[in-house]
Amino acid sequence: MLLEILTPEKKIFEGEVSIATFPGADGSFQVLDHHAPLISLLTEGDVVYKGAEANGTVRITGGVVEVLKNKVVLLADGVVA
Amino acid sequence: MPSLKEVKNRIGSVISTQQITKAMKMVAAAKLRRSQEKVLQMRPFAQKLTAILQNLSTTDGAEPGWYNKPRPERNILMIVISSDRGLCGSFNSNVYKEVMRVIDEQYSEQRKQRTVTILPLGKRGLEFFRKRDFPVDAAFVNVFHDLTFAHVSAIADHVMDAYRAGKYDKVILFYNEFKNVATQILRIEQYLPVLPPASQEKKVVPIDYIYQPDQEEIISGLIPKSLRVQVFKALLDSNAAENGARMTAMDKATENAGELLRELRLTYNRTRQAAITKEILEIVGGAEALKSS
Repeated sequence: MLLEILTPEKKIFEGEVSIATFPGADGSFQVLDHHAPLISLLTEGDVVYKGAEANGTVRITGGVVEVLKNKVVLLADGVVA
Repeated sequence: MPSLKEVKNRIGSVISTQQITKAMKMVAAAKLRRSQEKVLQMRPFAQKLTAILQNLSTTDGAEPGWYNKPRPERNILMIVISSDRGLCGSFNSNVYKEVMRVIDEQYSEQRKQRTVTILPLGKRGLEFFRKRDFPVDAAFVNVFHDLTFAHVSAIADHVMDAYRAGKYDKVILFYNEFKNVATQILRIEQYLPVLPPASQEKKVVPIDYIYQPDQEEIISGLIPKSLRVQVFKALLDSNAAENGARMTAMDKATENAGELLRELRLTYNRTRQAAITKEILEIVGGAEALKSS
C-alpha cells in the first residue's frame, strides 16, 4: 500500500509499505495491505512503517489518518525530529 | 534652463535610486520563489484535510458545536493580514480599503460602539488601524519573523479561545491571495462560526469508513486543525502575494527611473551644447571686435 505522511510545511514520506503502526486516539493500531476504509484521530506518538525498500519511525505530535483504496494518508500536525 | 551642475547631480541621484529599486526587485524575486514553494508544500495537506472533513459531514443532522453555531453579531474580530514593510504598491491599502468597506456596509453600528476589534498580522496593518482608533489586538503582529506552522497555530488557538469564551461573536479573515506575480486577489473569509462546506452538486455515495473514535469526535478534533491550516494558508498566500507585489512595484520603479534618466540626460546634453555654442559665439565676437579696431 502507498503511505503518505504530510505536515502543513512539507511532505515527510511517500512510498510503498506493507505494514504501518499508528498511535490512535483509542490506542495504537496497525494497518496492513488492503485495509478497510478508515478515518482515525491520532495522538502524540510514534508512527512505524515497514516496507520492502523503506523502514522508518516518525514521531508525530498528533494528526489524522485516512485509509482508502490501499492508500494511507497521514496528516500530522507536526513531527518531532 | 537648469544649470549643468544641477542636472548632473540629479542624474547621479536617479542612478543610485535605480540601483536600489533594481536590487530590491531581485531580493523580492528570490523571496517570492521561496514563499511560493511553501505554498505548494502546504497545498496537499490542506486539500486532503478539506476532503476528509467534507466526507465526514456528508451525514446530515449533526448537532451544531461551539464552532458553527451562529450568534447575534455584537463583537466582531477582523484578522487583517498585511505586510511588515512598505514599497509593495497597493498591496496593503487594498486590504485596508476592503476592511473599511465591509465595516461601513455591515458593521457601522458595532464600529460606533467600538466592538469591532482588529487583529493585525503584519506591522503595516497595526499602524494603520491604531491611527484610526480601532481596538487592536496586537499580540501577533510579528508573525512574519517566524512563519512556521507551530507559530501560526498559536494565533489560531488564541482566536478560537477568545471566540469560545464569548469575547467575539464573529471572526472574519482578510488577506491577499497569490494569483500570479502581478495579480493579487483580495479574499474575505468568514473564519468563525465555521460555514458548512459548500455542498457538491452530485451526491457522492458516502464511503463506508470505520471511524475511530466516533464521527462526531473526529469532526470536533479536526475543526481546530482545519482552522489552524486556514490561517496558515492565508499567511503563506499573503506572503507570496506581498513579494509578488513588491517585485512588480520595484520593476515599475526601475522602469520609471530609466525613463527619468533618459529625459535628464537629454536636458544635460542640450544644456551643455547651449553653453558651448554660447562660448564660441563669445570668442568669435571678441575676435571680431579686436580685428576691426
